[in-house]
Amino acid sequence: MDLKTSGRPASPKEKEAVDSVISQLEKPSGVVETNGKSAHVAYEIPFYNKMGPRDLLLPALHAIQERIGWISHGALDYLSLQLGVPPAETYGVASFYAMFSLEEAPATVIHVCDDIACRAAKNADPAAFMNDEYGQPDIDVNGLMWIRSPCLGRCEEGSAALVQRAGEANRRILLAPVNANSLSDGISRPSDQWIGTDSARVPQRETDQSSLRLLKRVGVTDPLSIDSYRSHGGYGPLRRALDIGPENVIREIKDAKLMGRGGAAFPTAVKWGSVAGNSVRPHYFVCNADESEPGTFKDRVIMEQDPFSIVEGLTVAGFATGCEKGYIYIRGEYPLGEERISNAVSMAKKKGLLGRDIMGRGFDFDIEVRRGAGAYIAGEETALFNSIEGKRAEPRNKPPFPAQAGLFNKPTGVNNVETLINVLEILSIGGPEFAQIGTPDSTGTRLFCLSGSVNKPGLYEAPFGIQLGELLKMAGGITTGKSLKTILLGGAAGSFVGPDQLDIRLSFEGVRAAGVTLGSGVIMVFDQGADMDQVVLRIAQFFREESCGQCVPCRVGTARLEELLTRIVNGTTIGSRNDELALLGKVSTVMRESSICGLGQTAANAVESAFRLGLVGG
Amino acid sequence: MNDGIALAIRRSIKITVDGKEVAAPEGSTILQTCRTNGIDIPTLCYLENLTPVNTCRLCMVEVEGSRTLVPSCSRKIESGMVIQTESQRVSDSRKMVLELLASSVDMSIVSPELAGWMERYQVDKERFGPPAAPGQIGGREKTRAGHHHKNDGTSAATVAEPTKVDNNQYVRDYSRCVLCYRCVEACGTDAQNTFAIALGGRGFEAHITTEFGVALPESACVYCGNCVAVCPTNALMSKIEYDLRQVGGWDESKQSITRTICPYCGVGCNLEIHEQDNRIVKVTSPSDHDVTHGMLCVKGRFGFEFING
Repeated sequence: MDLKTSGRPASPKEKEAVDSVISQLEKPSGVVETNGKSAHVAYEIPFYNKMGPRDLLLPALHAIQERIGWISHGALDYLSLQLGVPPAETYGVASFYAMFSLEEAPATVIHVCDDIACRAAKNADPAAFMNDEYGQPDIDVNGLMWIRSPCLGRCEEGSAALVQRAGEANRRILLAPVNANSLSDGISRPSDQWIGTDSARVPQRETDQSSLRLLKRVGVTDPLSIDSYRSHGGYGPLRRALDIGPENVIREIKDAKLMGRGGAAFPTAVKWGSVAGNSVRPHYFVCNADESEPGTFKDRVIMEQDPFSIVEGLTVAGFATGCEKGYIYIRGEYPLGEERISNAVSMAKKKGLLGRDIMGRGFDFDIEVRRGAGAYIAGEETALFNSIEGKRAEPRNKPPFPAQAGLFNKPTGVNNVETLINVLEILSIGGPEFAQIGTPDSTGTRLFCLSGSVNKPGLYEAPFGIQLGELLKMAGGITTGKSLKTILLGGAAGSFVGPDQLDIRLSFEGVRAAGVTLGSGVIMVFDQGADMDQVVLRIAQFFREESCGQCVPCRVGTARLEELLTRIVNGTTIGSRNDELALLGKVSTVMRESSICGLGQTAANAVESAFRLGLVGG
Repeated sequence: MNDGIALAIRRSIKITVDGKEVAAPEGSTILQTCRTNGIDIPTLCYLENLTPVNTCRLCMVEVEGSRTLVPSCSRKIESGMVIQTESQRVSDSRKMVLELLASSVDMSIVSPELAGWMERYQVDKERFGPPAAPGQIGGREKTRAGHHHKNDGTSAATVAEPTKVDNNQYVRDYSRCVLCYRCVEACGTDAQNTFAIALGGRGFEAHITTEFGVALPESACVYCGNCVAVCPTNALMSKIEYDLRQVGGWDESKQSITRTICPYCGVGCNLEIHEQDNRIVKVTSPSDHDVTHGMLCVKGRFGFEFING
């Protein structure tokens, strides 16, 4: 079909940005060769989309955004024509993501975290200093604009900013901790240092390095060197996988009783088994590195410090489930993680550990790195598929589940970063041995993201079943001179618990018994000085801003929840406080029962738990 | 549905609905099964001739063993399923879905069917407070994803904005838009393949739009009006109907409908001519008609003014 565009021209620079992505196509549109023998179409290309694969839409939008600083109508039209996507749909995709600007924007945009973990660390609005230094948000002041941002995953440092700068060289930097001085220093860095600095607060490294399994290489190996990785056990697990074959890999994982670490705690072996057993081809495997749950930074640390382990874990997953291609989808706010992962992928290719005939065993597998663009919801697995496919990151209805119809509607396995690196440990020590760690029903170790009012915030690893209080002790206890008010377990989609619940055992069964969740391993600590009204309100705002807007219970429910909370906090209730609480309960219920995906289903959890503990409204 | 032949050779599956055993061909949805068996389930975004998008969440039912409620429009039946279509859980959810919608969207001239359901579930649209002041035209288009104007909560945010009147065929009053996706589907692969409109923005600020919100004459729109035909809330309305309503001259009780065949080309689309006061005020096509499935082209739907002239 013909696409109608506005006729507005794209500038040479805009065209160059788009072309730089399209020319990276190694193969003709949508066709992937297998074993050099036969070619098959890997994409289901709609008839109106013959000119190119739509899944390059997000990379190309990134290219324009990075080069120019915003996406003009002419650039959007040009891109649409190149990829054969209707301009209205391209606009719909671009306008979905927070990192794309569709209005002329200044060259430098600073996203300053004002989310709950940074609030917990400071007991104040962590973006407040920006008003003094840079004026009002959302306004262009001399080629610079700052805006408020949801969690940027530097929670252990208590404040963070992501800077986007349009131009030719590196164009994103994640800075933490930030204040007026460090921010201006960061911005004025030479462009070869515009990726970000290492930050891996793993306090256990100093005290009991030997207890670390998942974090054993963090801070020990050179994250840029595949040789360093291999000399610390790297690629042993893949070799063993190739030795024992796909079925036995899945059997080891079954013996290990590994459960997914992304939040839903689904048995990994069952997931892998159903992808492996699906007769539809090709299969895909996706590593979900779109870590965006407020308070979570574990996947970032792994990506930055031990990137080869993710590449190896995904390769094992691809081998076990019969995939030719894997994707790592990294949130756009993690430039350093993305660079390290991309480096790891290309090093692995050079060493014959990715690509054709891996380790000379006839196994072909390749990995493509994809970048998110500022959307919490893209971490929902089916929304993530849509995002890779170049669509709005709206979750799909399930069933069908990914193992039946996932990425490009093909059988797809999808696991979180932490789950995949557990697989390496399982292959190293064996499934039965792994099952001895933790509790009988929650095996292995878990990564915990400690933030807020503790003496040693950072990433911790502990066997499942550890008591919440013990973990706090490991983190040096509550910040000296403060006393504990509440802890948010599991992130914004989790629940608050009180100081009397420090005996909760952090295992799947332990948190279930307590009616809470481990979520993404967030342990966010608030002391008595915390303004819980503002914290809980921020959570409600977060969900309103991150709802994709597809289904009514979540789209309108998150807005009503924020309004309700604002009224309760301000003491401007309609009717009595109890009337408002009853209404809040009804809205929460419909969101939990009838939303399409986990975002809407869990958006009211933390708010409701805060009311149960009496944390809101005096 | 014209896949009746295909359905007929499929295996029959038994399920239990509201305590009664019913059977339907494999591949049927819960909704199809229930409607075939005379069980009424309210729907909003669902339309027989479009792919279910299951976004409105009005047709939710209770399926035994499922943690959450289940959208009946898109969930296929499985042998032995036990379903409740009108339990307390279900009706609480439907009432709240309709209240969330009615508090944010102008639902004053919806279909009689939808109005009936709102009555059945005793929808109270004011329970979230009085509606907030309407937005500016294009206001939602200018909202950056992930950012919204924070209000003090004493009024309920709505999608109200001025009606878009930018051509002679139809108007777009997004104050009435429930985001059912039907118009986007009809403009896209489900019927027209024109792709003039899409979902833009995110969250409560999500909206139906052309690229950069350009006026329809500047967009890919071909004025087939199939989006108007599928709109359940009159957010999309022919210009004639809009003008008549503006002066209080639209009166469905005075209208008669005559079925005929479109005179323009040889396809043979069935037309329903809506006449009021000896004037053609609207043309539709029956959604169960084999040729059109309710869809028409610009000539069939809007090419009648010369008769009125």
